[in-house]
Amino acid sequence: MNEQFLTVSSSPHIRASHSTGSIMRDVLIALTPAFIAGVVFFGINAAILTIVCVLASVATEALIQKFLLKREVTINDWSAVVTGVLLAFNLPVSAPLWMAVIGSVFAIAIVKQCFGGIGQNFINPALAARAFLLASWPTRMTSAAFAVDAATTATPLALIKGGGEAAGGALPSYMDLFMGNVGGCIGEVSAIALLIGGIYLIMRNVISWRIPVIYIGTVAIFTLVFGQDPIYHVLAGGLLLGAFFMATDYASSPVTPKAQIIYALGCGILTGVIRLWGGYPEGVSYSILIMNVAAPLIERFTMPKIYGEVKDNA
Amino acid sequence: MDIKHSTFKGGIHPSYQKELTKNKVLRPVSPPETVVIPMSLHIGAPCNPMVKKGDLVKVGQRIGEPNGFVSVPIHASVSGEVISVEPRLHPNGQKVMSVVIKNDMQETISEEVKAKGDIDSLSPQEIKDIIFNAGIVGLGGATFPTHVKLSPPPDKKIDFVVLNGAECEPYLTTDDHLMNEYPEKVVHGLQAMLKVLGINKGFIGIEDNKPEAIEAISKAITDNDQIEIYSLHTKYPQGSEKQLITAVTGREVPSGALPMDAGVVVSNVGTAAAISDAIKTGMPLVERIVTVTGSAVKDPQVLTAKIGTMVRDLIEECGGFSEQPEKVINGGPMMGIAQFSIDIPVIKATSGILCLNKKDAYVKEPSLCIRCGKCVEVCPVNLMPLYISEHSLKGDYDKCKSLHAMDCVECGSCSYICPAKRTLVSSIRVAKREIVANSRKGK
Repeated sequence: MNEQFLTVSSSPHIRASHSTGSIMRDVLIALTPAFIAGVVFFGINAAILTIVCVLASVATEALIQKFLLKREVTINDWSAVVTGVLLAFNLPVSAPLWMAVIGSVFAIAIVKQCFGGIGQNFINPALAARAFLLASWPTRMTSAAFAVDAATTATPLALIKGGGEAAGGALPSYMDLFMGNVGGCIGEVSAIALLIGGIYLIMRNVISWRIPVIYIGTVAIFTLVFGQDPIYHVLAGGLLLGAFFMATDYASSPVTPKAQIIYALGCGILTGVIRLWGGYPEGVSYSILIMNVAAPLIERFTMPKIYGEVKDNA
Repeated sequence: MDIKHSTFKGGIHPSYQKELTKNKVLRPVSPPETVVIPMSLHIGAPCNPMVKKGDLVKVGQRIGEPNGFVSVPIHASVSGEVISVEPRLHPNGQKVMSVVIKNDMQETISEEVKAKGDIDSLSPQEIKDIIFNAGIVGLGGATFPTHVKLSPPPDKKIDFVVLNGAECEPYLTTDDHLMNEYPEKVVHGLQAMLKVLGINKGFIGIEDNKPEAIEAISKAITDNDQIEIYSLHTKYPQGSEKQLITAVTGREVPSGALPMDAGVVVSNVGTAAAISDAIKTGMPLVERIVTVTGSAVKDPQVLTAKIGTMVRDLIEECGGFSEQPEKVINGGPMMGIAQFSIDIPVIKATSGILCLNKKDAYVKEPSLCIRCGKCVEVCPVNLMPLYISEHSLKGDYDKCKSLHAMDCVECGSCSYICPAKRTLVSSIRVAKREIVANSRKGK
């Protein structure tokens, strides 16, 4: 036995088994039920759109890292795949493929790589891309686009905003909302699928319960206080997808518990305000984007009290 | 006996691997041919050697003269002939003046070694002198001279002594075996410390993955109303001094201060047992228990080893290496120091020798921080390791200081949990060193 080649390094000498890649794979596993629901309710196009987003995201990341930055290509950390899936989940099934590609390139090239790559993006790349597409092609991204059959189906939130049944469409039942048999983006319709994924992420310790639970709770209480149906507001629209998968994005949410609570409260209140009084029926994406920008500030004002910290009595 | 339960905030749950040696019987190492006793076995000034080549020494004979207040004498651990006094490799990676003794296998005990009586008949100062003369230091790993710990300045009022039997480092079962085999020594040593400090409240904290040790100690304190036992949740770093104090007494050690500022003295259970030996038999600290374990050792064992026994001999005692070792660590896997040679002696701080194979020692290359916040979640001191590390790597040590880098206890939980495998605690250590260096320059 040759003990002349012992490795010497600084402690600790053992590490946890998880890695960036395994965490991203867990997120993908958690997104799988919603993906299946999307395909069930919207057909094979939902799958094609998702695959195109994933391929475009991964290709953009690889090309930028290899040729533009001349750095190590890190697509094997699976983070670009997650961004691709999340972007697809925020598109209507009728979105053209070229739009999916433009959105993916924007998310990875502008929002992620321009700011330094993984961990450095100050806002959620998929949501920023969605906002970019919404601003550029509003008709293709909103109600008119949520076609299931030949007839256009408005989203549940658009229905309440428009005055419910008086506006023409019948409000879907709780059961339809829960299962996902409603109009909307590919990944947001099935509450049950998103809940399964969200609970999986919390159980696997990928995310903490704080952001999703406080975000959803705040929206429920806010809408209840203002005389709306809280169950409807929780189940309909992008709230569950946003609360479990978008607001919890590591890079763009705060890292400390206290800051996460304030951040989630902010997301919830903004969502309520936009849904009740804003120009859009839906407020999840913009709420999260606004709170993303505020996250560093919240963190700075809620520095955790360290062990044994003595108050300055100067 | 009433067992109380407690823990601290944060922390991690590494794979403990204690079953490798948990059920092994504690036994002495076969007498070594030679021992190498470094003149630095404690934190503080090294000793001056009192013997020269050719001298004959006996077990327990003083061979190193202490140098200053934060220093304790050093004793021969075997009887025989001094064959050289020369610098030899120390587990700290440097060459340190050492006394090399060829063992005559007679185990002749020095005349200096005699029983000191019982605690009741000894005065606090007498007990403190016994502790000093026996060369007793903290055996948890810091090797701080115990008599200094037991001499708080008059303005610091001490209320409790807390004995640390948490043994939260994975792999190690040193204290576990000690508490199982010699619970009465641990309790006796604690009583002696209480007497020195003139107080009557002592606690022993043990992680709940050691039910046998908890039972053994509970039995030993049945008729003792001064000592209480705490069953602590098994979580690393439960045995970190500050975290243990908070779990047991509910007090927090103020930032930048010492346990005595919270009215507490913390000591390892092994230290208490050594105090007991020094009083009852008069034998100074010349041996300690060492866990020799890990995937690269053929037959992991828990051994009583004379101070100065070579680590190579300990590994031989365990059947040698079972495969090519990738790392040999002095201590546990979380805070131990990786060694580049096994030709180093067992010192008072050697709680374990951990030999890891390639697979167990493998750590992925670090990648970019994903800001998952797991390091913040596990930090027992409530620091934000990701930011301290980020600023340390940029060389902005003032910023590190304002983020409380100096409060880091270097437990390594942040590096352990980091999914991007960033070497967080190492960069925080760098920041701490630079902050100290800068403040010295400032003066």
